[in-house]
Amino acid sequence: MKKITLLKAFIYIALTVLVIICFVPFYMMIVNATRSNSEILQGFTLIPGSAILDNYQTLISYMDVWRGFTNSLIVAVSVTVLNAYFSALTAFALVVYEFKWKNIIFVSFLVMMMVPGQLGLLGLYDLSEALGMLDSYWPLIIPAIAAPFTVFFFRQYLITTMHTSILEAGRIDGATELHMFHRIVLPLLMPAIATMGIFTFIGSWNNYITPLVILRSPELFTLPVMMGALRGSPVAMNLGAMYLGIAISVVPIMIAFLFLSRYIISSITAGAIKG
Amino acid sequence: MEKTNRRAYLFIAPFVIVFLVFNIYPILLTFYYSLTNYSGMGGIANAEFVGFGNYIRLVTDSYFFEAFGNTLKIWGFNFVVQMMIALGLALLFSDIRLKLKGVGLFRALFYLPNIITIASVALLFNILLDWNHGALNQMLLSLGIIDSPINWLNSPVYAQSAVALIGAWMWFGNSFIILLAGISGISRDYYEAAYIDGASWWQSFTNITLPQLKPILLYVLITSIIGGLQLFDLPMLLTDTRGAPQGSLNTMVLYLYNQAFKYNNFGYGATLAYGLFIITVIFSAVTFRTMYRKEVK
Repeated sequence: MKKITLLKAFIYIALTVLVIICFVPFYMMIVNATRSNSEILQGFTLIPGSAILDNYQTLISYMDVWRGFTNSLIVAVSVTVLNAYFSALTAFALVVYEFKWKNIIFVSFLVMMMVPGQLGLLGLYDLSEALGMLDSYWPLIIPAIAAPFTVFFFRQYLITTMHTSILEAGRIDGATELHMFHRIVLPLLMPAIATMGIFTFIGSWNNYITPLVILRSPELFTLPVMMGALRGSPVAMNLGAMYLGIAISVVPIMIAFLFLSRYIISSITAGAIKG
Repeated sequence: MEKTNRRAYLFIAPFVIVFLVFNIYPILLTFYYSLTNYSGMGGIANAEFVGFGNYIRLVTDSYFFEAFGNTLKIWGFNFVVQMMIALGLALLFSDIRLKLKGVGLFRALFYLPNIITIASVALLFNILLDWNHGALNQMLLSLGIIDSPINWLNSPVYAQSAVALIGAWMWFGNSFIILLAGISGISRDYYEAAYIDGASWWQSFTNITLPQLKPILLYVLITSIIGGLQLFDLPMLLTDTRGAPQGSLNTMVLYLYNQAFKYNNFGYGATLAYGLFIITVIFSAVTFRTMYRKEVK
């Protein structure tokens, strides 16, 4: 028994060390965000400095990170909402109705789920150019309407949770089909929407290559693109400002994670065990 | 199931239209580009049709094979490290004799780097690993571990290892959570029966845990391969965006991006996209088959 206790103590220490190693890069980022450039050049310390406001002034005079933050938010929220609504609508139609090509549509989903995103990237770029949508958010947002994986996930969810008798009752009461979708099916799907929504949001928030290709104007840049632009900008001359810029792109997401971690983690296991 | 309903077409119309226009059409268009010498500017009408010329170039392009090799090396190293940590943690936390507490907290802490923007992480390590002023060298120097700063990002081996290890650091939490869920799903009866029969820890691990975990391991392996072959943000922003040092961070997608958008070789970039796609399909299929053939035996 004593051996086990000793072993456990050792394991907890090892785990704590691993956690510390995991967070050192973030901690260094936050400490250096508060130190001046010359302080950073002199050497490293674990104690925060007092130059955060100066760093902020330097950063903000070259690059509007909050603008990037807002831009990322606009894109990610639009993508998440469109993805959830239209995937639910499509899954609803696939589950409830019989129609021609239903199986073809379903099989094409399964195939498309395996195709990497880069395959159509060059085509998407030229299509956006032809439609006059280059340097706008449309090419980033509109494709969210057709998300095969989300439809697939919602379809499986609806098959197991929705009884068609609810819809029959609704029809007898004279509700329209779309009305029933809004009032019955969407609320029923909410847990599945939350699960997929979190991942869709994170995916869109972190997406780098598509906005990098599509966006040209700095005032439209999303955060990842702005981070890429930061390295070649005058901000790179001031390491403190650089660290602060990175911190601004990272810390709010960490805070959001604190509140959502439970949902996020149960979603990962749900996806994997089913997959 | 209902009878055919016209509304069904109305409901799936947005999906189908967007799917065809923004998904299928760009993929077909990309294929068409791959058969031309399109530069990406001035419209496709000015490009010449070159048949499979770009594909012939692809199979003889040493840069492409180098990029393929770099991607594989980085992915392989990353996967081994990531899985060792993840599997080790999953075994610790699922051990019935240890009964460790705080699973929820550790899962959350280890998962956190997964949701951070990779572009930010790449930029962060770009300055943390800096030769002169990076925190890592400063730390190692002040601890007396090294005498002179190491130029991490100027050495191909260190740079590739850095990408692999940063990736492992970011993603081991995800694998850990999935593996832990998989191990927890294995019936306790097997282990108890093995224990009664006097099986060692290693015997239960190789005869119960691993075989039972096969579908989950397959899932982790395939998603990791697909993600790994598409490695882009990290190698691009960690160094000079062109795969320095000495092209060692030039991954397949980075090569594709630079060919299409920096060197105005849209046609060849499109061919690279299809090359990457074919490689992904082959890798996934081979993984799938070898994992399941063993199970039949």
